[in-house]
Formats: sequence, C-alpha cells, structure tokens
Amino acid sequence: MIETTPRRDRRARLVSLAWSGALGVLAGLLLFIVVLPLAGLLFTSTPRQLLMGLHDPLVWPAVRLSACTTMASLFLIVMCGTPLAWVVARRRGRLWRVLETLIEMPVVLPPAVAGVALLLAFGRRGLLGPALARIGIGLPFSSAAVVLAESFVAAPFYIQAALVAFRRLDPNLILVARSLGASRPKIFFTIALPLSSAGLASGAAMSWARALGEFGATLMFAGNLTGRTQTLPLAIYTALESDLQTAQSLSIVLVAIAFALLVAIRAGARR
Amino acid sequence: MAGPTLRHKRNRRFDCAATLAVTLLALASSRDARGADAHSTPTATPSELVLFEASSLKDVFARLAQRFEQENAGVKVVANAAGSHELRAQIEHGAAVDVFASADRKHMDALSAQGLVASSSIFTCNEPVLIVRTAMATTIKTLADLPHAERIVIGTPGVPIGAYTLQILQKAAGKLGADFPDRVQAKVASRELNVRQVLSKVVLGEADAGVVYRSDALAAKGKVQIITIPPDLNVTAEYPIAAMKSAAHPDIARRWIDLVKSPVGTAALREAGFVACPHR
Repeated sequence: MIETTPRRDRRARLVSLAWSGALGVLAGLLLFIVVLPLAGLLFTSTPRQLLMGLHDPLVWPAVRLSACTTMASLFLIVMCGTPLAWVVARRRGRLWRVLETLIEMPVVLPPAVAGVALLLAFGRRGLLGPALARIGIGLPFSSAAVVLAESFVAAPFYIQAALVAFRRLDPNLILVARSLGASRPKIFFTIALPLSSAGLASGAAMSWARALGEFGATLMFAGNLTGRTQTLPLAIYTALESDLQTAQSLSIVLVAIAFALLVAIRAGARR
Repeated sequence: MAGPTLRHKRNRRFDCAATLAVTLLALASSRDARGADAHSTPTATPSELVLFEASSLKDVFARLAQRFEQENAGVKVVANAAGSHELRAQIEHGAAVDVFASADRKHMDALSAQGLVASSSIFTCNEPVLIVRTAMATTIKTLADLPHAERIVIGTPGVPIGAYTLQILQKAAGKLGADFPDRVQAKVASRELNVRQVLSKVVLGEADAGVVYRSDALAAKGKVQIITIPPDLNVTAEYPIAAMKSAAHPDIARRWIDLVKSPVGTAALREAGFVACPHR
C-alpha cells in the first residue's frame, strides 16, 4: 500500500488538473457566447448616444406598459399557478402526468404560433370569441391581450419550479401535521408555502423574465400600438425598422431592468 | 473494499466525459476546416447562388429558381427571404450574397452608397391595395368607406408598407376631406411590423381592414376582399435588384437577374400580382 501512494498522488494531481482545465474551457466557452453579445450591446455606442436614444417617444410608454403587464401576468401566474402546482404535485396517475406535460407545451411552441393559438382561442373567430363578444369583451388588440400572451408563455416556468419545490417537501411532515389535526389550508400556508418559498421565488423570477422578453405571441395576439399593446420588446423591434440607436438604447434598458430585478429577487430568496 | 471500486468507477465516468468533450471539439474543428475548403475551391462542389430577397418575392422567386436550376445544371439557388431592412443589415454585417432583391429603393441605395452592390435596376413594381375581411365587404366598398371599419391594421411608419399607407392617406385628404387621415388613424388597432402580419390579422378576422401589396393580397385570395385604390391616390413600390460586388459567382448572378427581367420572369411576377412600373 505504502509504495503505491506517490503514484496515486501524481495521478490524482493530474486528474485534478485536467478536470479544472476541462471545466474552465467548457464553462468559459458558454460564458463567452452569452456575455459577448451583451457586451456588444453595451459598448458599441457612447453613453451620450444611448441617452439620445432614450429620448425617443417610443421609450417611456413601452417601459410603463411592460412594467404593468408583466406585473399583472406575474400576479395571475403565481395566484393560479401555485394551487395548480400544489394539486398536480401530489397526485399520482397517468392522466395527471399528461396534464403536467400539457402545461409545459407553451415552452416549445414558437412564439408567433402561440399568438395564433391565442387568436384561435380568444379571437373574434376563436373558440371562445363569440361568447366573449356577447358579453362585450374583445380581447385582441387590448392590454389584457398582452397580459394573456405573457401569462401563456411564462406560466410553465413558474409551474415547473413550483412542482419541483412541492415534491421536495418531506411527505412525513404533512402526515404528522394531519395526524396532529392541522387543517388542509393550515398545512398549505404554514408548512408547504414557507418550506418551498425559495423554489417558488426563483420560479417566479424566471417566469417574470420570460414575460418581460415576450415578443412573438404579443405581436400576433395583441398587435403593436404605442401605449396600449407596444411592450418594450415590440418597441425595440419597431425602432429597429428605422433607428438602430434607439433599438440599442431600449435593449440596454430592458437588460438593465431585468438584471436588477433578478438580482434583487435572488438575494431576497436566499435570505 | 468498497472505496477503491467507487473511485475506479468515478474515474471511468470522468474519462467518458472527457472523451466526449474532446470528440465534440474535434468534430467541430474538422467541420470548420471542411467548410473553409469548400469555400476556397468552389469548383469542387456544385455552385450555389445565394439570393437575398424581400419577403414578398419568396413564392415567385421559388418558382423561378426551379426553372433556373433546370436550365443551369449544377447550380443550386439558396434563398433567404426576409424584410428588406433585415437583409440590408445582414449584408452590411458581411453576409456572403450574390444577388439582392429589395422591396424598397431606400435599402438598395444605402448599400450602393457603401459600394457594396454593382449597378441596381428596377425590375418590377407592387401596388398597395385595401383588403377587407369578407364579412365587412358590404360596409367597405371603396377607400372612402375605410373609416367605417371598427379596427384597421396598417404597417408601422418605419416599414415601407406603413410609409406608403401614410402617403396614400395624405393624398386622400385632398379628395376625401382634410380629416380623412385622422378618421382612419382613430380606428387603427395595431401598427404591424410587416405586410404579412397586416394580412394575417385581416384573414383571421381580427381586423376589419388593412393596406397590403397586391401580391400579398393575391396570396390570400378568397379569404379577403381586395379593393383597388384609385390610381390618382395610390403610390407604387419599386423593387430594385442588383448583383453584389463581392458575389462569389458574378456570372451566375448576372444570369439570374436576366431571368427575372426576361418575359418568363415578368409573366411569373404578373401572375403573382406584381404590376408594370408606371413611366415617369
């Protein structure tokens, strides 16, 4: 045993070195791909040019609309997605797994197709359109349509995270609580929610970020009208048609808002 | 006893991952090398004609490409259809292109000002028309009826069709009343980023009316009512075409442009809804 130790040591050091190298190269490659375009966005124009871009009349209505609609869709997603995940996470059976897969589908749909799907559901000629029209509701081309489009594409991110968080709960904890006479609402609010809060918060952050970046479904379902349905990504694309500078300034605003909020949410979740 | 076996397993797994990573990297670099080879010796592979075309030309150019490939054995037409401004941006950032066909003179002129294209020429024209969803066809029969629509979609002013729509509304103000443009704008529900989106909103019945090119309207024949805009109020979109100065195959590029301008090309364009350019 004793004489093999130096050889083993050398081998271990070599493996460790190769490991660090491989990690560094692979991780660095992806980091490069993700960070370089962001750097390109930020550093290819002067701060003065960027400020000029922010004076474009498209900017503030879009920022305001994006803030309002993403908050509304996040509220909708968390409000209804949490109970949905709670129910689905605790059921066994094939139909529940099918339902779970169904909820994930908006992730794979190309956004423009998601927009068409929304039109075919809630549009004037959609499945629900005539019924909605009878009670005087016309969704397409309204801010409500923006919220709906954002919720449709962003909800799976929250529900998936909530499912994972709820499944990680120790089932014995819930059994014991029940045997001690705790009611079902009490178990949900005092055990399940507090213990899953970190997972739920990070899911909400991802979901909100996806809603903020939503473009294709909104354009198709809600249209593009300043102040009513033109969110930040739509304003960026509209600006791109005429003025790259404005588009670039707006993109940096979008990235900065998202970065600040995601950092804040992550910090909050850790505490 | 269990310790060494476990470590052995771990090492093997590590080896596996490392091999995979190295193989992937090697594969990637060999691909690159082959790509570079193909570029430096174009005769080794069939020639490719890289065509950047405005979205509205997609279908008609695809038909012409079939014919072109039959007539020129060994040539493959590779088409990239997108908005003219996107194509221009791609070309400005170094895309390898042989021929550029734009839906707007502005973008072609910008490229020739930068010395990127050889001489360009107008090969066809397109005419804006009013489209109305079929259920509204009895309400809206002419341009003058447009304010009766509940929801109108038009192009955003930055895209050619949006700019043309504004010009048409301005011209109409003289004949249909000074407030005509405002009455129309009051009903605008969305300013779309390209013609196809204007078209699809009317086809899906979400919007009552919109302004698109005749070639787009013909693509949705039967699903929308097409209303011609009076010539004195209308404008014409001119489509320029040019070979790139950096074209890999200038001779093939030339032959493509000749085909597009030939009677065969003109007939195909007419069939798709394009019109002869008015003499000025």
